[in-house]
Amino acid sequence: MTMDYGTYRGIYTLILLVLFLLIVYWAYGKKRKNKFDDIASSILEDDVEDKKNSKES
Amino acid sequence: MTTTNIAHPEYNYKVVKQFALTTVLWGIVGMTVGVLIAAQLIWPALNFDTPWLTFSRLRPLHTNAVIFAFGTSALFATSYYVVQRTCKVRIISDKVAAFTFWGWQAVIISAVITLPLGITTSKEYAELEWPIDILITCVWLAYAYVFLGTLAIRKTSHIYVANWFYAGFIITVAVLHLVNSAAIPVHLFKSYSMYSGAVDAMVQWWYGHNAVGFLLTAGFLGMMYYFVPKQAERPVYSYRLSVVHFWALISLYIWAGPHHLHYTALPDWTQSLGMVMSVILFIPSWGGMINGIMTLSGAWHKLKTDPVLRFLIVSLSFYGMSTFEGPMMAIKSVNALSHYTDWTIGHVHSGALGWVAMISIGALYHLIPRLYGLTQMIDLKLVNVHFWLHTVGVVLYIVAMWISGVMQGLMWRAVNSDGTLTYSFVQSLEASYPFYFVRFLGGLFVVAGMLVMAYNVIKTVRSSSKQPVAEAQAV
Repeated sequence: MTMDYGTYRGIYTLILLVLFLLIVYWAYGKKRKNKFDDIASSILEDDVEDKKNSKES
Repeated sequence: MTTTNIAHPEYNYKVVKQFALTTVLWGIVGMTVGVLIAAQLIWPALNFDTPWLTFSRLRPLHTNAVIFAFGTSALFATSYYVVQRTCKVRIISDKVAAFTFWGWQAVIISAVITLPLGITTSKEYAELEWPIDILITCVWLAYAYVFLGTLAIRKTSHIYVANWFYAGFIITVAVLHLVNSAAIPVHLFKSYSMYSGAVDAMVQWWYGHNAVGFLLTAGFLGMMYYFVPKQAERPVYSYRLSVVHFWALISLYIWAGPHHLHYTALPDWTQSLGMVMSVILFIPSWGGMINGIMTLSGAWHKLKTDPVLRFLIVSLSFYGMSTFEGPMMAIKSVNALSHYTDWTIGHVHSGALGWVAMISIGALYHLIPRLYGLTQMIDLKLVNVHFWLHTVGVVLYIVAMWISGVMQGLMWRAVNSDGTLTYSFVQSLEASYPFYFVRFLGGLFVVAGMLVMAYNVIKTVRSSSKQPVAEAQAV
């Protein structure tokens, strides 16, 4: 059985939609909340290190 | 002024400094050419009857200079800085990074020489001829190697979200450039596109809009996700939202190109698809904007005292404004009024001067003092002066183009009862003159602001070399 172009695109779009919803589910999963919060604050930590270094020098 | 030493000898700041300083230089050059061609639209004699000073040749020089010299240098500088700081590792190769700097300067100089000579492929935002295109490809592959290679040797377990946006921008721009610049060379200075007719137009605007989406948006969102939290000294409002923001934005932007070709020979379904995808784009765009602005939640008072933060946050307001305007203009019935008018020029500049330039300038004001071992620019009052010059300039520019554009659209479509056109084209042009003058004034404000920035940057760099601690680090 051959699939026509329109049906193929329809299924492809559905797959992309499901993938996207999975990403949303993954991102908002409770398990990852703490990890994400840590990553978000990680970029601010180097300033603390900077200040420590400057006191030592 | 605090003189805390925050130079990191383990990172390569040399290439970041080079790109950061050339960003300021190319910003001044590109925007000055913009003011000159804005003046030519009011006083045509300003082309001095010289072919290489005509609007047609200087306009691509202006767009190339601001997008690829100013904007892209800002992306190079900030991406090299951010990737090192967030991965806690030196870039993978100093030599390849140096090649990207000198290679990119060579691309810019080639553009400055060839475009006024009239050497062009005639593809908008991809005017440079094939030998330069090959050089761009080499530099870009080297850039991808340095950036992605540094991600690969990172010393952190995660890849911070800003790097995702930078990586997305670097990879996509490589693909866009290779596909759209595919051409058959006739001789050294002339080539013809591999595509023809409506396909050529579609490939061109697939490239053109994704240059907006990935170079002028995704790359600068990477900047936003690092510099807004750093300057506000707070983590980003929602890291989870930033993950969804990234995937939604990159999967939608790629489809928006056809809205540049409404009511043309492009198949109708393609136009409608482009329209629908452009309207949906509003959602991730605003998700990202809200994520950036809400980072300040609970710390709004910082805006009162920190002009650098003001640059960053106002850039996000302009981003929100132009990503509302864009989807609206992509609706076919609105586009019927706006297309080919000055409204489009106004829209582009609210994105380019409001969003891209302001986030870059804000990021540079954060970045430059830190590169030279200081904690802030030497003269914060001048940063504030720059902020107001720039903001007033952008507002003058946009408002003038909105009024002129809607007026042109209405005049062009007005018909008499017998079906003939009410106005000739020249009548609409005459009506636009006052607004062209206001636009010229706005441009002058913006360039004046950039000159204030250059002065402040020079002062900051000089003062840092007078301090013994920083001097030892600067070598």
